[in-house]
Amino acid sequence: MKTKKLFGFFFFLLLAGSYIITFGQEVEEKGAVKEKFKANTYILEHIADSHEWHILTKQNGENVAIYLPVIVYSKEKGLKIFSSGRLAHGQQYKGFKLEEEGNLKGKIVVVNEAGLADEENLPLDLSMTKTVIGLLSAAIIGLILFLSLARSYKKTGISHPKGIQRFLEPVILFIRDDIAIPNIGHKYEKYMPYLLTAFFFILINNLMGLIPFPPPFGANVTGNIAITFILACCTFLITQFSGNKSYWRHVFATPGVPFWLLPIMIPVEIIGLFSKPFALMIRLFANMLAGHIVILSLICLIFIFDTLALAPVSIFFVIFMDFMELLVAFLQAYIFTLLSALFISLAVQEQH
Amino acid sequence: MILLSSSLTTPAVGTLFWSALIFGLFFLILTKFAWKPILSAVKARDEMIKGSLESAAKAREEMLKLQSDNEIILRKAREERENILKEAREVRDKLISEAKGRATEEAEKLIEKARIGIENEKLKALSEIHEQVATLSVDIASKLLGKKLKPSGEQSKLIDNYLKEIDFKKN
Repeated sequence: MKTKKLFGFFFFLLLAGSYIITFGQEVEEKGAVKEKFKANTYILEHIADSHEWHILTKQNGENVAIYLPVIVYSKEKGLKIFSSGRLAHGQQYKGFKLEEEGNLKGKIVVVNEAGLADEENLPLDLSMTKTVIGLLSAAIIGLILFLSLARSYKKTGISHPKGIQRFLEPVILFIRDDIAIPNIGHKYEKYMPYLLTAFFFILINNLMGLIPFPPPFGANVTGNIAITFILACCTFLITQFSGNKSYWRHVFATPGVPFWLLPIMIPVEIIGLFSKPFALMIRLFANMLAGHIVILSLICLIFIFDTLALAPVSIFFVIFMDFMELLVAFLQAYIFTLLSALFISLAVQEQH
Repeated sequence: MILLSSSLTTPAVGTLFWSALIFGLFFLILTKFAWKPILSAVKARDEMIKGSLESAAKAREEMLKLQSDNEIILRKAREERENILKEAREVRDKLISEAKGRATEEAEKLIEKARIGIENEKLKALSEIHEQVATLSVDIASKLLGKKLKPSGEQSKLIDNYLKEIDFKKN
């Protein structure tokens, strides 16, 4: 028991330490030219999406990074796939470049004859960015986990859970018995696959985002609004497509409302349809983003004050925040699933 | 505002595309190959547990019923036994009393018979004694008188008178 606690403590120490190593490397370089450390730039660089997976910056200014594939489509040049390493340091490749300044910063643009970004027709950027790789890795981990779980169920049949089942079955049963059944009722079975997928997808991504190193861990996946948007969209579509007669009547002819109020009520109800998944999207996004920002800010304290003496304090707070984020990782996955179940239940419930 | 000008709050098309693709595939593959078998296995187990619990409850109920049945049967048997014993006792008592009655009757009859017999014998003996005594007295008297008395009517009458005078009752 004691060794387990010690192990856990060292794990989190290592976790916090690897943050500092990752960022310390970057700062050392800046320190050489005595440039003022800009915390917001560093934090935003970490949490924003990027075409490369930055690992460290050497003392001579050389970047060590994993260059991710760029998949870009423009009307004139067609579909182009190449490594983002070719666009590093403002290089041009096949008429594309990575804009480094201005309002198109960080985007891939087509270079026109003047050697400037063509702001009129932006190419369609379908690159495998850092977020996408993080997402893909989480999906692969999830697939391995649950396909092996399914296989072990085939093996054990209806006997008591063994091995991996003992960890995951209580969670699956929790989602079924405490989220799906109390909210949706007897029609829950149809929605179980979605609720389970959403829960574990968010959870795996949240947890992977907490582990800072090595890639593909540490990407800010669930703190990316595109991902939470897709997840919320799924809940939205499932809710609308399973809406029964009483659900739609509630929207377009709310019972108990005088008909002269309907011109006001119908738009309000329609806004309500969209605001629910919108809240889902923003909640997950903001919570995960905020967690990353807080942890990174605490790390940045060391570099803002430019003293190693602050490191123990910073590490202490980072460990504390990591525990907090561990809770939040589960909590947000739970809340997303719970609210999805709740919205579905509003759509499928029978008229009382 | 840094946040608003950055790409943080505007979803990128590429990320949207990939996340929709990855999440969609993740969902489809897991639904088909993981959630369905897992959920059905869990459900099968739940149903088995529920079924066995139900059958156990039923068995217990049946056992209780059997137990109460047994008790009823036992009670009935006990009552039966009591009844049989009671009847037997009654029969026995009746038999005994009947036997007793008959035996008493029989004994009384026997005693009566014996008494009658004794009476008859006594009477017979008495009359014999009468005769003997008469003969003896005649003999004695004739010896005393030296003459043979004929047992005529007069003499017999006399003897009888004498004999009557002798009170037998004194003996």
